[in-house]
Amino acid sequence: MKRIIKSIFLFVITATLVVSCAPTEKKGSKSNKGALAGNAAEKVYVAPGEHDSHYAFISGGFSGQLAVYGLPSGRLFRVIPVFSQDPEKGYGYSEETKPMLMTSHGFVPWGDSHHPDISQTKGSVDGRWVFINENNTPRIARISLKTFETEEIIEIPNSAGNHSSSFVTENSEYVVAGTRFSVPFPQKDMPISEMKGNFSGALSFLKIDPEHGHMNIEFQIKMPGFSYDLSHPGRGKSHGWFFFSTYNTEEANSLLEVNASQNDKDFIAAINWKKIEEYVKNGGGKKMPTNYAHNTWDDDTHTATTEWKKEVLVVDPKEVPGAFYFLPTAKSPHGCDVDPTGEYIIGNGKLAAQMTIHSFSKMQKAIADKAFDGDAYGIPILKFDAVNYGILPNPGLGPLHTEFDTRGNAYTTFFISSEVVKWNVKDLKVLDRHKVYYSVGHLMIPGGNSQTPDDKYLVAMNKITKDRYLPTGPEVCQSAQLFDISGEKMELLLDFPTIGEPHYAAGIAADKIKALQPTKIFKLADNKHPYAVKNEAETKVVRKGNEVHISMTMIRSHFSPDNIEGVKVGDKVFFHVTNLEQDYDVPHGISMIGANTSELLIMPGRTTTFTWEPKEVGVWPFYCTDFCSALHQEMQGYVRVSPKGSNVPISFTLDGDVPGEEE
Amino acid sequence: MKIKFIAIAIVSTLIFISCGDGKKKDKNPVENVKEEVQADPIKEEVVTTTSEKIDLTAPTLDNKGIGPVKSVTLEAIDEKLVEKGKELYKTNCTACHKLKKRYIGPALKGVTDRRSPEWIMNMILNADEMLANDPVAKALISEYNAPMAQQQISKEEARAILEYFRTKK
Repeated sequence: MKRIIKSIFLFVITATLVVSCAPTEKKGSKSNKGALAGNAAEKVYVAPGEHDSHYAFISGGFSGQLAVYGLPSGRLFRVIPVFSQDPEKGYGYSEETKPMLMTSHGFVPWGDSHHPDISQTKGSVDGRWVFINENNTPRIARISLKTFETEEIIEIPNSAGNHSSSFVTENSEYVVAGTRFSVPFPQKDMPISEMKGNFSGALSFLKIDPEHGHMNIEFQIKMPGFSYDLSHPGRGKSHGWFFFSTYNTEEANSLLEVNASQNDKDFIAAINWKKIEEYVKNGGGKKMPTNYAHNTWDDDTHTATTEWKKEVLVVDPKEVPGAFYFLPTAKSPHGCDVDPTGEYIIGNGKLAAQMTIHSFSKMQKAIADKAFDGDAYGIPILKFDAVNYGILPNPGLGPLHTEFDTRGNAYTTFFISSEVVKWNVKDLKVLDRHKVYYSVGHLMIPGGNSQTPDDKYLVAMNKITKDRYLPTGPEVCQSAQLFDISGEKMELLLDFPTIGEPHYAAGIAADKIKALQPTKIFKLADNKHPYAVKNEAETKVVRKGNEVHISMTMIRSHFSPDNIEGVKVGDKVFFHVTNLEQDYDVPHGISMIGANTSELLIMPGRTTTFTWEPKEVGVWPFYCTDFCSALHQEMQGYVRVSPKGSNVPISFTLDGDVPGEEE
Repeated sequence: MKIKFIAIAIVSTLIFISCGDGKKKDKNPVENVKEEVQADPIKEEVVTTTSEKIDLTAPTLDNKGIGPVKSVTLEAIDEKLVEKGKELYKTNCTACHKLKKRYIGPALKGVTDRRSPEWIMNMILNADEMLANDPVAKALISEYNAPMAQQQISKEEARAILEYFRTKK
């Protein structure tokens, strides 16, 4: 017995020895996967209480929202509701936010968000706003990076499949919105088969007010009926130009999978917006009647309003010679990317096994030399050889998107071969490649669409994850993968799941946003909401016909008033609730039993409204839905509902008194 | 048995020697986490235990509290300041305080007889730290349970509120 115990004991000890010394051994051999993993862990580890170095704003795709992550940790901080209702925050449910989702088609509760892009000053991301496009019912939204809330949504008329959007020029002069599904312009009843030559693709240029960020459709270009897939602004030497990739130059209206892949080359459209701006300034363009919604949020009244716009200024490319050119590009190019110097314009030919790199300088010369190869609908086609800098042959399968570092390198995603490839733009040489898991779409380097990308991180956004995470039924998450690109070789650091489909992302150094001091509270004194009440003495309940308006306050941890009587079946009750708190991170929530809407989540100093139409007599409770203090469970109240025609008068109290009666 | 003991001794030595040049302590994230987890409950204990024996009705005029206000010189009542203080009191304080009766927080009539002017202003301006470290404030939160809200009041505004309190005895 003793012997057996002893041998077991020795075995255990030996095993312990091996295990306990493993890290030391690993250090020696660099090829050891464990050592590499340990290194990656250190690079993404952000200790408890510490902050990430970068923000990543990752598109929520078919969720319609925008997710805010930290890099390098991959932690999700917030989902900003943009194009879809969000019951968690009351967005699109509260009376104040409902107008944000108004369109010419009526209230649209859902959207498909795609390409976030951060505003820029002098060619660098400045951290003031994020713009993002909605693909399905064409819209562009502007999100404030002070409040991390959607402040403005503008509908794009005459467009469909708003996809080559919402990229910003280097001083935030314009954000663009381009059409992927060309349509009759203006819409009309006509046979679908007569599409060719009769549909148009609207490219809209939205002027951005430099102080408040407000958008205005300055002009809309009526382009030939191709598909305008993606776009990027010129920068530096090419500032003043905008480049759009096109496909379906065949103008097929059915089975595009086959019929839009016939031409060996489609185009990148080069558009000199400065020239058009001048043309418009001198009275050019035609005002065309239309109807679209322009929704803006007001932080003084804490309310959104919809303004109906009735006309748009339309520019015909034929009227502005010298402002429009087509650059032949292989084949059905998807991403259309411009390097930080503004010299190279890259077409990611998703159906070609090559990348087309055009040169801005060559393009300038080709224009001067009139090196044309005919025209398409009156727009000159520049000779391929006269504009092309070179071809990157066989870099991978299915190139989609390219971003850049400041060292002359490009990073391209390959959807079919599931990899990111690093290559030198000038030398046209592949330097490194790394597998991604799986089917990568966009990629993002913080500061990507600017002259000053950050050479530290790259985020690849994948459409498919299959076996990468714990199974969650037939639907599994899509994901992001973080790479360190500071060295010669790309190093995969981290996988993290994303919401919806991560179409694209915009990244920025956290210090830039912190320096602008994100909002912590809304000053109660500045609250101009028509139903705001600034203290409990001002709270009241007023009947107007069958409407009952409750002006209520909330503070840790009670509502004022919290006992309300005189409401009757058939009434429409408006809860206008003001959060009296002036402290950071103390929102309160409120919800009423049976209300056919979401809760409200009300930030300090803000007033928000929900409605309730009681259907049954009784005494019905409401309560605070966001844990606010040790007495949160006590934060509740009652509304008495009497039958129709009852004589119970309106009354409202707190602790038996009319609120604020006593000093 | 003896053999086993010797074996332990030898093996322990081996482990000690072979692992002596292991990882640096401060680079191990797991250890850092552990330390924090341990630190928190201790802090909380300090906050909750000490406050028991203070009589909240008795004056504590020598206690100036903790915060930006180190010394206040009181002169004759300034009526203009009282008016300003009254307005500020109404907007920022009445959701939780009444003058004559206990509400969410204590009744404030005669507060200037019980607490020093500095303590009152520090409580308005620096509630979080006061509640964590000032003995009287700690006793108050254990009595009332609701924390004093931070309402982004400026020093001048707190002075005005103090002036208003001086007229309510």
